[in-house]
Amino acid sequence: MTESDLSSVWVYLSATPLLGLTITLVAYSIAYRIYIFMDSNPLLNPVISSVAVLIIFLLITDTPYSAYFEGGQFVHFLLGPATVALAVPLYQQFTKLRKLWLPLSIALVSGVVIGALSSIGIARLLGASLQTQLSLAPKSVTAPVAMGISEQIGGLPSLTAVFVVATGIIGAVLGSRLFKLMKIEDDSVKGIAMGITAHGIGTARAFQISREMGAFSGLAMALSAFTTAIILPWLLDLTGLLR
Amino acid sequence: MNFLHGITLLLIYQLVGELSVLVLRIPIPGPVLGMVLLLLTLLWRGSSSASLDTSSTALLSHLSLLFVPAGVGMMVHLDQITHEWLPITITLLLSTVITMMTTAAIMLAVSRLLSRGSKKND
Repeated sequence: MTESDLSSVWVYLSATPLLGLTITLVAYSIAYRIYIFMDSNPLLNPVISSVAVLIIFLLITDTPYSAYFEGGQFVHFLLGPATVALAVPLYQQFTKLRKLWLPLSIALVSGVVIGALSSIGIARLLGASLQTQLSLAPKSVTAPVAMGISEQIGGLPSLTAVFVVATGIIGAVLGSRLFKLMKIEDDSVKGIAMGITAHGIGTARAFQISREMGAFSGLAMALSAFTTAIILPWLLDLTGLLR
Repeated sequence: MNFLHGITLLLIYQLVGELSVLVLRIPIPGPVLGMVLLLLTLLWRGSSSASLDTSSTALLSHLSLLFVPAGVGMMVHLDQITHEWLPITITLLLSTVITMMTTAAIMLAVSRLLSRGSKKND
């Protein structure tokens, strides 16, 4: 095979969605196997390692993100039906949920407010640009919702998507340790804190711990998407007046 | 066949959610509304179905995979991120820990307060 043969193969591959889709699945399944093999070490979270490997691959081959996303979008698209699918575990936990509605709503509103204000406040103190601060504000909400909110309040939606994923990973990695530190054993409390803070990635982690924790995390994530979409623009107006 | 039935149902609910959000101008994402509608349907019917259980379990057990393409999007913003990496990293870490711990603490405190209150009433 000559070099020009190789490059024509590459031209073909990089023009179809097949490559983007396949490398996503391959990178993830290898990352997932390593993660399981290493006793689910949180630092080897499959999202971190597969994202890192894919970025390195795209940079080395000089492939733009838009070309990769031609294939990646098929995986990305499934976030929609997966969000709808959360209704099933929620339904299965509904009796327990009804008993918890009051502490849940209080935790939800305070979690949303604390999450947004702490990120803006800390970023401002450390001298981040206004655009970065605003892009950080909805970081605890599931990606499609956070991107919409970010656009509404003057952030950069695609930058927000990155912060959302990072927040989810941090939450998934640190969550169990923090709960152990606080001596919390109740799966419903852990799930709710996880879902409010670390949305879908935290929920994915919660499902690995127990189905109950996953269901509560999924619920909390859905409710906080609602709550943040309603509260955040109003909250920013209010704090803007205070300053 | 089961899986196909289930995923079709999920897509129908998502579509209804997206359309309602668009037509009624509700400021929430379509899939979230679709989830609420599906939950209401299940509560009204009083049972879930095997096909729905199969497809939702399949999708939810690989939820992390679905975030990978969005995560790779980081490469587009490498400049802004490397320029402000310190405030961004500290904010993400601190704010996530603060939110996680306070939410869990509030959830626990309110539940305890309520269960103590209900014991007194008994």
